[in-house]
Amino acid sequence: MKKVYVKEEVCVGCRLCEVYCITSHSKYKDVLKAYKLEPQRPTPRIVIEENRPVSFSLQCRHCDDAPCVKSCITGAMRKDPLTGVVTCDTDKCVGCWTCVLVCEFGAIIRDVNNKVASKCDLCAEAGEPACVKNCPNEALVYSEGGISV
Amino acid sequence: MSLSYLTPEFKVLRDYDKCINCKVCMRQCSFEVHSYDEDLDKMVSNDMNCVNCQRCVLLCPTQALTIIKHPQTFKEHANWTYDAIRDIYRQAETGGVLLSSMGNDRPYPVYWDKMVINASQVTNPSIDPLREPMELRVYLGRKPDRIEIDENLNVKTKMPPQLKLETPIMFSAMSYGSISYNAHAALARAAEELGILYNTGEGGLHKDFRKYGKNTIVQVASGRFGVDREYLNTAAAIEIKIGQGAKPGIGGHLPGEKVSEDISATRMIPSGSDAISPAPHHDIYSIEDLAQLIYSLKEATDYQKPVGVKIAAVNNVAAIASGIARAGADYIAIDGFRGGTGAAPKRIRDNVGIPIEFAIAAVDARLRSEGIRHTVSLVAAGSIRNSADIVKAIALGADAVYIATAALIALGCHMCQKCHTGKCNWGIATQDPNLVKRLNPEIGYKRLVNLVQAWSHEIKEMLGGMGINDIESLKGNRLMLRGIGMTQKELDILGILAAGE
Repeated sequence: MKKVYVKEEVCVGCRLCEVYCITSHSKYKDVLKAYKLEPQRPTPRIVIEENRPVSFSLQCRHCDDAPCVKSCITGAMRKDPLTGVVTCDTDKCVGCWTCVLVCEFGAIIRDVNNKVASKCDLCAEAGEPACVKNCPNEALVYSEGGISV
Repeated sequence: MSLSYLTPEFKVLRDYDKCINCKVCMRQCSFEVHSYDEDLDKMVSNDMNCVNCQRCVLLCPTQALTIIKHPQTFKEHANWTYDAIRDIYRQAETGGVLLSSMGNDRPYPVYWDKMVINASQVTNPSIDPLREPMELRVYLGRKPDRIEIDENLNVKTKMPPQLKLETPIMFSAMSYGSISYNAHAALARAAEELGILYNTGEGGLHKDFRKYGKNTIVQVASGRFGVDREYLNTAAAIEIKIGQGAKPGIGGHLPGEKVSEDISATRMIPSGSDAISPAPHHDIYSIEDLAQLIYSLKEATDYQKPVGVKIAAVNNVAAIASGIARAGADYIAIDGFRGGTGAAPKRIRDNVGIPIEFAIAAVDARLRSEGIRHTVSLVAAGSIRNSADIVKAIALGADAVYIATAALIALGCHMCQKCHTGKCNWGIATQDPNLVKRLNPEIGYKRLVNLVQAWSHEIKEMLGGMGINDIESLKGNRLMLRGIGMTQKELDILGILAAGE
């Protein structure tokens, strides 16, 4: 399946991926409105790891045998059998955060405001992940089968 | 600390209706202009530090930032200008030589812009480069006095080593140290893709880039950094650097702080030590000495590689070039006074040397009059800004041109002229690993390829318009140029007629 991969060596640490992740998961799909009008700004679905000069954004790896899906107590976390995308149904999620505990990559974020798990859905509605589309240095790549370093 | 008399040069205008406090500007500014004030819950700017590199402007996701020239002025004075006064404040504060970067930014006349190009009308047909073949390939190097062919029309004459360029453009010398690893990676890869050459500058050749050898010119400068047998033999050609247009007569100094492990290995000097390039080569005090070095290098490379000499355009450039040609150089690169640099004393940059337009015309004329023009190729450098400049340079007698500032602009340079600070926000003129990452060589090399291809298309269009189908037929073809707004003396030196003549 297509996943987001990071070329750490050209990540500039600007965090625009985070800005556009928030925007992509806002009601308005517009940077300005997402930040200025949303009563509660969406929690980013990605984690940015930074220890300068190293920096990169980390997003769900959509594991084949996803521990978060296995451990989910409500069945909110599911892996689409067709696309392979792991998503969290926030209507079912009770915020027990077992998934946060078992994720080997630390890619699931606690959305404390809504008490649900927040994770990358590859911008399912938009087609291409917003972080990849807006990375100014092409450090994020959306591809099948990884990248060659 | 006493009061500084310097006021900010630029002003950051932030549209707070658009600012979302995302701090992208703050993270991207190596000059520490932007910061977030928790009490105000606002992003604030320190205009004093801004150099107008526009990194923040372009990365701001809401276009909330604009940088303008600071409206603060002095009482108007035609003689004591803004820069004249500020330079004095700066020197009175520091007691030091003023440093600057990139090329001469003073308003000297740009002679390229006083020359116009001919085109065919009625009496001779123009050529459509999209429909008919058009040749931009050039060969740099010494050409034999005569060519002998056998009965089967095969060339019998043994040709001296030549450099083959698919288009008459090369990337000029920029050392690893003055520019980043990623900038070099982009230049090397673009040169390979384009079938042209890039130049290592005087800082040696990083081992990672040896694979681009056939597209590399290696420099031997007064500091002799990174020079060994392998370095010389890896390259397609060797260039002896005598001078540089931005700072003729001046050596170089890469401060020890910039000599990292990697640069130390490439330059073959201890890490942390100052890399000093003396003003002269200490073994060259005459044309005869130069000839010795040229032939030492030829000997070291088994006479397989062209050896060129790069000089700055100065008063007696024609006589100097004649001497260099006679010393055995295969090509002479001449760098005009607008040529760029990673660091130069401002007064030198702005006041020493002559324009490349005059230098190339004078050298070509001199070598022709001495009957030795064919023994050496000429490369024009020092602020080639577009394809028309190239056409004019070749019509004035150049075989090819070197571009460097234009290449860096293609890579993202915004001409803020702060290379010497080592804080380049675009990852070009810096060794800071945080900043070098910002230049993605994958993107960079494609931009360079695009630029050179675009210029090549334009050169073909201009050649076609003149009814010429081979760039070689334009070389020294000064009848294709006319001058506008020049004195007779200037026209005479350029060897061109006035428009209308």
